[in-house]
Order: sequence, then C-alpha cells, then structure tokens
Amino acid sequence: MSELILKAKKHNYNMKNILKDFGILLGLLVMGTVFSILSEHFLTIDNILTIALQTSVIGILAIAETYVIITSGIDLSVGSILAVAGVVTGKLMVSGVSITLSIMAGIAVGAICGLTTGLVVSRLNVAPFIATLGMMSIGRGVAYVITGAMPVSGLPEKFFFIGGGSIGIIPIPMLEMFVLAIIFGFILKKTRFGRYVYCLGSNEEAAVLSGINVRNTKVWVYVISGSLAAFAGVMMASRLVSAQSTAGTGYELDAIAAAIIGGASPTGGSGKITETIIGAFIIGTLRNGLNLVNVNAFWQQIAIGVVIIFAVYADNLRRKKGVAIN
Amino acid sequence: MPELLRMEGIEKTFPGVKALSGVNLVLESGELHALIGENGAGKSTLMKILAGVYRKDAGEIFVNGNKIDELDPDLSLKLGISIIYQEFNLFSDLTVAENIFIRREPKNKSLKFVIDYKQQKKKTQEVLDILNLKIKPDQKVSDLSVAEQQMVEIAKALSMKSQILVMDEPTAALTESEITELFKVIKGLKASGVGIIYISHRLEELNEICDRVTILRDGKYIKTVNFEDVTMNGLISSMVGRSLDNKFPKKHDLKIDTSKVLLKINKIQRGKKLDVENLSLYKGEILGIYGLMGSGRTELARAIFGADRVDKFDVNIFGQDMKVKSPFDAIKYGLGYLTEDRKKDGLALELSVEYNINLPSLDRTTSYGVINDKKTNENTTKYIKDLKIKTPSIHQIAKNLSGGNQQKVVIGKWLCKESKIIIFDEPTRGIDVGAKFEVYELMIRLAQQGIGVIMISSELPEVIGISDRVIIMREGKLSGELKGSDLTEEKILSYAIM
Repeated sequence: MSELILKAKKHNYNMKNILKDFGILLGLLVMGTVFSILSEHFLTIDNILTIALQTSVIGILAIAETYVIITSGIDLSVGSILAVAGVVTGKLMVSGVSITLSIMAGIAVGAICGLTTGLVVSRLNVAPFIATLGMMSIGRGVAYVITGAMPVSGLPEKFFFIGGGSIGIIPIPMLEMFVLAIIFGFILKKTRFGRYVYCLGSNEEAAVLSGINVRNTKVWVYVISGSLAAFAGVMMASRLVSAQSTAGTGYELDAIAAAIIGGASPTGGSGKITETIIGAFIIGTLRNGLNLVNVNAFWQQIAIGVVIIFAVYADNLRRKKGVAIN
Repeated sequence: MPELLRMEGIEKTFPGVKALSGVNLVLESGELHALIGENGAGKSTLMKILAGVYRKDAGEIFVNGNKIDELDPDLSLKLGISIIYQEFNLFSDLTVAENIFIRREPKNKSLKFVIDYKQQKKKTQEVLDILNLKIKPDQKVSDLSVAEQQMVEIAKALSMKSQILVMDEPTAALTESEITELFKVIKGLKASGVGIIYISHRLEELNEICDRVTILRDGKYIKTVNFEDVTMNGLISSMVGRSLDNKFPKKHDLKIDTSKVLLKINKIQRGKKLDVENLSLYKGEILGIYGLMGSGRTELARAIFGADRVDKFDVNIFGQDMKVKSPFDAIKYGLGYLTEDRKKDGLALELSVEYNINLPSLDRTTSYGVINDKKTNENTTKYIKDLKIKTPSIHQIAKNLSGGNQQKVVIGKWLCKESKIIIFDEPTRGIDVGAKFEVYELMIRLAQQGIGVIMISSELPEVIGISDRVIIMREGKLSGELKGSDLTEEKILSYAIM
C-alpha cells in the first residue's frame, strides 16, 4: 500500500519547493509588469533604487520575523526596538561617543530587549503575541522617555554612509540587507541551531523529547530578532541623519506580512529567508507602485491586507494538497 | 422488564481493521449491564455507534421496540441515549446550570432569543435535588472536583430524561468514598427504570451493582451472562483465549545475562499516581510492560526519560547513579524513547526524514555549529537501508510516509544516536502487519546485540509473542512479573485487573 502512495507522488520534494520559490518570484514579476504598464515612472533606475532602499528596512525586520514565526511565535516589538536602538545610538553619538561604539551600543540594546522577551516567553510561559505586545509598548515608551519626544539631530555626517550611502549606484542599505539575509539564511539552513529552530517550531514536544534545549533556543531567536531590529533602527537613523522616537511605527506589520507572503507558516516549522526577501520586495513594490499610480496610503493598507490573506490561503491550499495525496 | 435497547448483529469496519462483527447487546429497564473486554475489543466503537458518532455497516438497532435506521448525535440524544465519556464533555468555564442546559436553554417567553436564567436555575436545582447533590447551579464547573463533575454529567442526562445511560470507566478517577456515593446514585437511577451500560476494567466493583455482563473480544461478541452466574476468573477467561498465530518472529535462545543489569529502578515515585520499585532490565532480554489504560506505563517511561518531574528518583544505569533533569540528560546516559504517539511527540511531520533521523545526533555531525551535509546524508541513507524505510528521497517530509515507515524513522533516530537502552512505547500502533513484523525482528536483533529493549504495549498477543519477561502495571504500581510458561494472557490480564 505504501509503495502505491509513494509512486503517486510524481513530484520530488525538491521540485515542490522550487515551484514555490518560483511562484512567489513570478508573483513579483507579474506585479512589476502590471505597474510598469500603469506608470511610465515605474521602470526607471531611480525608482528601482528607491524600491530597493525602502525594502531594505522591512527586509531586515522580515528576516527577524522569519526566525520568530518559524518557532510559531510572533514579534510585534520590532518597530519599537528599531526606534529605541536608533535613539540610543543617536544620543550617544551626540554626546561624543564614537560612531562605531554608538552603533554597537544600539544593537546591544536591541539584543537586550530580545533577551527580555525571550526569557518572558520561555521561562514565564507568556504567549509570544502578548510578550512582544508588551515589549512594543515598553520600547516605544522608552524611546519617548530618552528623547522627550524630540528628534535627535546633530548626528555626525560620517554616520550617513550606513543608511544612505552607496557604492556606485547600489545603495549600501540594500547590500546590508542582502549580507544579513545571506548570513541568517545560512544559519537557518546549515547550522545545528537553525535545525533546532525548525524542529522547535514544527513539533515542540518532539524537540524536547529529542533532547533539544527548547527554552534556550527560544531565547536566542528573540535575541536575534531584537538585534536585527536594532540594526534596522541604526540604518534608518543614519539615512534620515536624525533619530526619531516615532520611527518604525507600524513596520512590524509589513515585516510580518513579508515573512508570511514568503511562506513562513504561523503554525511554525516552515519559512525560508530567500522567500522572505522576495516577500519583502513584493510589499515594497506594491507600496511603491500604488504610490506612483496615486493610490493613497490608506488604500495601500487595504491592498497589503488583501495580499496577506490571499498569500496565506494559497499556502494553505498547497499544504492541503500534500496531505490529500496521502 | 421492558427492553430499552436492542443492538443485533452490529458490524463496523475501518480501513484495515474489522472493529465489530456480529455484536449483540440488549439493555433492559432498571438494569446495570456491564460491557467488558480488553483494550481494542470494540467497546468504545460500539458505544460511538450508539451515540450516532459512527455509522454501523450492518446490523439493527431498536430503541424502546422501535427500529432506528439512521442514527446521528442529535437523534441519539432525542431517543434518550446519554453517554458519559471518560474525559467528560463539560465546558469548564460555564456554570453547572449552563452545562446541563447547553443547547436546550429555557427561553424568555416574549424575547425568544434571550435565555431565561431563572427558569434554568430552577430546573437545574430540581434535578440536583433528585440526585441528592450538594452542588449549586451557579457553581463554575472548573471549581468542582472530578467526582462532582461526573455528577453534573449524570444530572445532565437525567434532565434530558435519558432512559439509556452509558458510563465509560466512571470510577477511574474517583476515591473510595466517592465511588460509594456514585453507586448510591446508580442504584437510585436503576430503581427509577433507567438502564445503564457500564464499561469498566474494574471487575471487582461490579459485584455491587451489576446485573448482566456482555463480553467482547477482538470485535466479536462472546456472550452475555447474568453477573451472579460467573466468577472473576471465568470473566477473564472469556476476555482472552485467542490462539497466537505466527505473527511473531521466532526467538532464538537469547542469552539473557542476569548478572548484567543495564537499568535498575530502585524507586520512582510521584505522589500517589506512580510508585515503581525494584525493576531491573537485563542484557539480552526484551522486557515487556503491560497494563491497561491509566495504569501508568507511559508515565513511568516519561519519568525514566526525564520528561516529567517526579518526587523520588533512584535509578542506576549501567551501574551509575542516574541524575536527570530533562530528556537531554537521559539521552546522554544512552537512553532512547519511542513515544506512544509519533505524530504528537515523536516526529516533526513537516520536516524531512533526514532532519528527523539526525536530530539528536547533530553534535556528531557538526563542526563549529555548521552541519556537515555529507555526514548527515550518510547517516540517513544508512538507516533507510538498515530499516528498509520506504521513501523516495532522504528529503521527503515525514508527513508523507506511511505509518509504518514513520515509525521506522523514529526508530532510526535512536539508532543513529546509538542509544544503549531504548524504550518502545506501543511500537506497533497504527502500522500495517508487514511493518509490525519488521519492527519485532528489529527489537529482537537489538536485544541480541546487547542493547536494552523495553517494550510497553497494551496488546496481549504482542507482549507474549515478543517479550522474554513481562511486568504488569496497575494504577501506577508494579502488580506482577511473569515469564516462561507463566506467560499466558489470562495470568497477565488478571494481574492487570485485580
């Protein structure tokens, strides 16, 4: 009986995954084509670079969300951590600390926020949704407290390079996003830790019974999330040459959307960085394209919501197919 | 006495297994009719058909003399049939009254969609009074004890004017005094004409309340007798007594070295629910652990494996004193645990065969945290070959494999880890006959190689066919040990029940 079942599966596991990657890429290309038809400004070098720039921040946040979502958790605090890190880095630089040290401190702050969230989730058994909701509020508050709700200006000129510079025509932020994607993609795919993350998300109980330290793995995942969010915060403060306590408000939703469109399932156990990055570009392109076609920001919000629902529905169908063959 | 229920010639087949064939059951008004049989005999299947949850394939059902063709849960309730499941069907956040009248709430006379809480409370109090219960209608079910919750279930059945009550293992979670109270209530119900179908393994209890007994075995109807006409031993004999086919590999004379103790449990104890003393595992043997549901077998396995906290843990492994705080520690000592429910906690279903097999062994196949694909692929291929796992590729996701192959993947996981003692909890559950045979052969091979094999099973034939020695558990304690010619179904079952 089992042989018949296996023979019925004509597609190798590899084929299925390639098709999935291809599917999202195809969606992106179709979207791009549609917008280039609707607006003559879309397919210009300037505009493409703008998309790349805008996508880099969301892209980095989406990498963070991918890790967390694979463990069937969620991180609503990335937008707030982005702000806190930017603000801390800004304030330090303004008071004379070197750029490098300030950046390191900013990222450390993000890591600490992540550590806190991770401990609350793994030791106190608070649901990730709630824990990160709390951190989101706390982080935002901390940013306001540090700055008195005023933007931190007077940042050194050299700082601009990180978030706003370019090598040739390639914006540095885009390079940073790709480098981080490669590093964290590698970790997920090729390291022991990465496997523990997938197993924890796919079946936590089985992971425990296989000897994995699930609690520690969870903590590390949130530390990674916080650190990446902090990096994005530093990048943003650099681009605007001003650290604002309102930075990143609402970004977590785009980041989560990007990860989910990229195929990270909310039930845990699946997600890939490459697909997440494509998802981030889909969101970035959508926002950019709708802007060019003069659709106002509120309709963009609606559009993104529709895309998320459709993407998850399509993903559900794909999963169900796997079961049906059995 | 009028006949409340007649089930005749009931047949039910599920893919791959004939659950019921030719089963009869007659329930008279005012009688307590016990339904007994081993795990898997078909008792719950029969009751689910009565409840309308399953459809019978053949046979006839008469309620109060009327033939019923299509039974579904709603109709079953309307006909006056109430089932009290072992795990209860109550909403713990709602009150007693709300639970009793769920979906039947008395409505306000003018505003038809508004619940008349006063009426609901009054009617609830009435039925609680009939049963002489001290529970109040407004109490939240989650605040009640298990015994009180059971009473709420009975009250619910009573308020629905159920004439046919089915109770599934009602005394499993009760104390002595609570059981006495329950029996008082049962006697009252009988006197008022209610017929009760009573499923239980605790045969001694039946002395007080039982009128007749129907025995099932392997889905077949054995007989129905008056309780006063049988003995305990007679009942047990009827429950077992099948011939063992050649379903099991021949065991060559395994050299069981009782001087080489692999694992010695001096004491494992958790409250009153688990208390195991003086259990040893010898090199070369397959130690079977048999027990009915709730006897504590899985609890014991999980305790040994460090998955659950216990109060006392005094265990020697390979001569060393064992200190475990988590499965990680147990695995370090060389233990492996094949869980009862591979889908629940044995496999990461969405991940590949390769991921699953290598999972606990990654420290061996990584350098500086990075996985050596060559090594993990080699491992996977080796165990796919050794265990004859049927999969198109090492990257196939576990969900897509058949049950037997999934089980082999979990076994492969522990072989890859080179575990020295493996606890197999229900190793052949949900797998086809061919794979079962292969798993048996594997366990015998492992024991011959000197790896400790503990097999927990609730299938008597399997336990007898494979084990060299069998420990029986009952209510969290060891109740007996059998080997050699003493290894008969009757002896094992009697230790499990009495």
